Amino acid sequence: MSDSTAGYPGGDEVPANGEPAETRRRVIGTPSPAEARSMLQTPPPGTPGGPPPPRRRELPADPDDPVSAKRAELIVAACFIIATLAGLGFIAAYVIFPVHTVTGTQRSNLALGLTMSLTFLALAAGVVIWVRNIMPTVELTEARKPLRSDDEARAEFKETFDEGAEASQVVKRPLLRRTLIAATVPALVAPIILLRDLGSLPRKKLDHTVWRNGLRLLTYGANTPIRPADFASPGGMITVVPDGFQEDFNALAKATCIIIKFAPGQLQFTGGSSPVPGKVVANWTVDNIVAYSKICTHVGCPAALYEQTTHHILCPCHQSTFDATRGAEVTFGPATRALPQLPMTVDAEGYLVARHDFTEPVGPSFWERGPST
Amino acid sequence: MIVEKAVAGTGSWLDDRFHGARGLRTFFRKIFPDHWTFLLGEIALYSFVILILTGTFLTFFFKPSMTDLVYHGTYVKLDGVHMSEAYASTLRISFDVRGGLLMRQIHHWAADLFVAAIMVHMLRIFFTGAYRKPREVNWLIGIVMFTLALLEGLFGYSLPDDLLSGAGLRILQGVMQSIPVVGTYISFFLFGGQYPGHSIIPRMYILHVLLIPGLFAALIGAHLFIMFHQKHTQMPGKGRTNRNVVGAPMYPYFMAKTGAFFLFIFAAVALAGTFAQINPIWLYGPYNPLAISAGSQPDFYMGMLEGALRVMPAWEWVIAGHTFAFNVFVPGLLPLGLIFTVAALWPFLEQWITGDKREHHINDRPRNAPTRTALGMAVVAFYGVLWAEGANDLIADHLDISLYTVTEIARVAVIAVPILAYIITKRVCLGLQRKDLHLLEHGVETGIIRQLPSGEFIEETRPVDEETRAKLAVPERLELPAGPTEGADAEVPPPGLRGGIGRVKARLNKVLAETAPMNGHVANGHTPDGEHPPAAIGSAERDGGDSSERSSD
Repeated sequence: MSDSTAGYPGGDEVPANGEPAETRRRVIGTPSPAEARSMLQTPPPGTPGGPPPPRRRELPADPDDPVSAKRAELIVAACFIIATLAGLGFIAAYVIFPVHTVTGTQRSNLALGLTMSLTFLALAAGVVIWVRNIMPTVELTEARKPLRSDDEARAEFKETFDEGAEASQVVKRPLLRRTLIAATVPALVAPIILLRDLGSLPRKKLDHTVWRNGLRLLTYGANTPIRPADFASPGGMITVVPDGFQEDFNALAKATCIIIKFAPGQLQFTGGSSPVPGKVVANWTVDNIVAYSKICTHVGCPAALYEQTTHHILCPCHQSTFDATRGAEVTFGPATRALPQLPMTVDAEGYLVARHDFTEPVGPSFWERGPST
Repeated sequence: MIVEKAVAGTGSWLDDRFHGARGLRTFFRKIFPDHWTFLLGEIALYSFVILILTGTFLTFFFKPSMTDLVYHGTYVKLDGVHMSEAYASTLRISFDVRGGLLMRQIHHWAADLFVAAIMVHMLRIFFTGAYRKPREVNWLIGIVMFTLALLEGLFGYSLPDDLLSGAGLRILQGVMQSIPVVGTYISFFLFGGQYPGHSIIPRMYILHVLLIPGLFAALIGAHLFIMFHQKHTQMPGKGRTNRNVVGAPMYPYFMAKTGAFFLFIFAAVALAGTFAQINPIWLYGPYNPLAISAGSQPDFYMGMLEGALRVMPAWEWVIAGHTFAFNVFVPGLLPLGLIFTVAALWPFLEQWITGDKREHHINDRPRNAPTRTALGMAVVAFYGVLWAEGANDLIADHLDISLYTVTEIARVAVIAVPILAYIITKRVCLGLQRKDLHLLEHGVETGIIRQLPSGEFIEETRPVDEETRAKLAVPERLELPAGPTEGADAEVPPPGLRGGIGRVKARLNKVLAETAPMNGHVANGHTPDGEHPPAAIGSAERDGGDSSERSSD
């Protein structure tokens, strides 16, 4: 602690030897005269055995300009008073403004936010003015030592390290070393094995959806089955979900479809019973109504936009564009594959139902997917 | 006086136990050089503190659960709607907890500020060469933290399980699934089975509030410790050398200033949280895999990935029965992967090319490293084009041009603009260097015209002052060992530059060391203060350059 005493310019209050009378008249707050009563003589500062000489002051004690400092002091105090009031205001706002309604929340948010911001702002402004206008300006220079240790230290370290390695015997006893390594490997692998139950294995799960023969298509939201005759005229796109899975997100994330009714002759048909690029499978449509998977083949966003005049289905995420009249083949954007077509027919009551599941995986690509059929 | 006594008493008590007097004294007198760009890292640090404070508050009320429920709460527009518990509890925080909405909005603004500050801070470090020896490790830690910040942000804004963030999560899952060989498995393990499952919100929650913040705390600790131990870099200036640090001490100056700065940042995000609505999840609605809104935009730091996905041509091939979705995994992984990898290797690459293994504590002014600056600007341009393309639908809408045209322009721009940026930046840097050199060599024009006895008129110039001279002086570059330039061996390169790799190195060195042609000039005896002439391979001495135009005075 003698260091810190010596740091003060007033450090010379430490009694000089042979003048004990001076130290008896002690002013409150000055160092205790205990040292003066010591049996040992304190050599004068700077001499061997004595305290180090008083250090040269690095920071001035007074501001550069006392007049402007006085003015700044008032401003800083005003800032701190504002911060105090704003802080109290925050507490008041918390008590006064109730929430539980949208407008109440708005008012509460405004009051709390304003008082909080003002508290911080006034405090920050006060401190900055304090530092800039009241504290004396200083610029100190600190020497930078090279980071590299000197050769001696390095050599010493190397010796210590080698000694330790030898004492541990790890170098001399390969049996110990090798069995230790052998013991570590499974201990490190085991935690990774432990993560196995994070999820089920993919297997063929991405290849199928819940669609099966006879499953009705329901309009999404209203959950009503659809008759082809319900379409008064060709036009918009309807989102449909499989009957019984209206609230099952895991099923819907793959099985959701869109259906669009076309005027006769608009759809480019193929006569076969399997998809052909650029064609709609005629067999899978009902009365010029075609159903496609709604899940974009790029990264799986719902392809939710439809432009009637061009018959383009657009995914709003990355703008993959599909031509609905040509088997939903890609006309622009990053998607590479057409939206799969859902095979449709009507059941005995005349409602639209699936013929069977999609003949290829829906949604984004994956490693195991392989070629489209 | 009572205070002084109390402080002394406490100090003594602590020192008796922890032996801190000397160490703390050093700490108090630690010197902090001043430059406004040195505040950028502090912004990141203090945003992190604000994130911890507000985030802790939010965890008291947030329920990370995907259990389905029917909402009957304050926000009547969603009354009777199915939603997850996570979404419902976010509504509760917003409308039923006093200060909840404010904390949510401050948290979100602070997160955006956090990532933005990291980005700008890293650019500052790069452009001033502050990553050079001995600070390479801190640069690497910074890159890791940037990566973590992106993940942390993504997980965080996905937690409320709203429609907007859900779409982002779906895209993430699609990208993940496209990764060759392991993608499907990664996706199944992360989501606990097929998308969306019931596990992702609780899993992201624990990553968001525990694992990643824990890593952050450790890395920030290491980052600050290393910075503290190695001392700060400083900008060039009078009296500043590679062997000192010039500035104000920690106590009381820096402590007070940085404390005030923290409060300013807190005030700024609090003001944003008060007046600027952010992530109003009640307007988006709960997540639903069937629905999406047009013009969906992620948080700004994800915009670049979004743009990369949009700009990529539709390339996918099935090879040996396996799907390679280049259209997805390339834009998903390559741009950021490339930037991060090159950034991580750069300090070592630069050392290898220049052969400069010295310690550097004085920062470069960006113009004084034209190739590095140009390279950095090329990366910024690359990022910027992809970022803008991430909002191509909005751009097309506002400028009233075809959406497809915007994307087609971006496909060209993503290659062309970085190249242009490189060339332009390099020219600008060299031009600025010439301007500095002119000042150094000829001084400042005074406007005083003098007539010589011969009748000739000249304008008097006055030498630049010391402070400016110290700032403008081009730092010394290290030269690779040169081979003999004359005689029979003139064509034989030195040992380090022989062979294929050696030739590449020599070639790269030539590019990297390109500076304004000052060598020839200075060597002619025009060095203003007799300093050693900076030397570099490829400088004017050998290239000729335009030194002739300025060698007459």
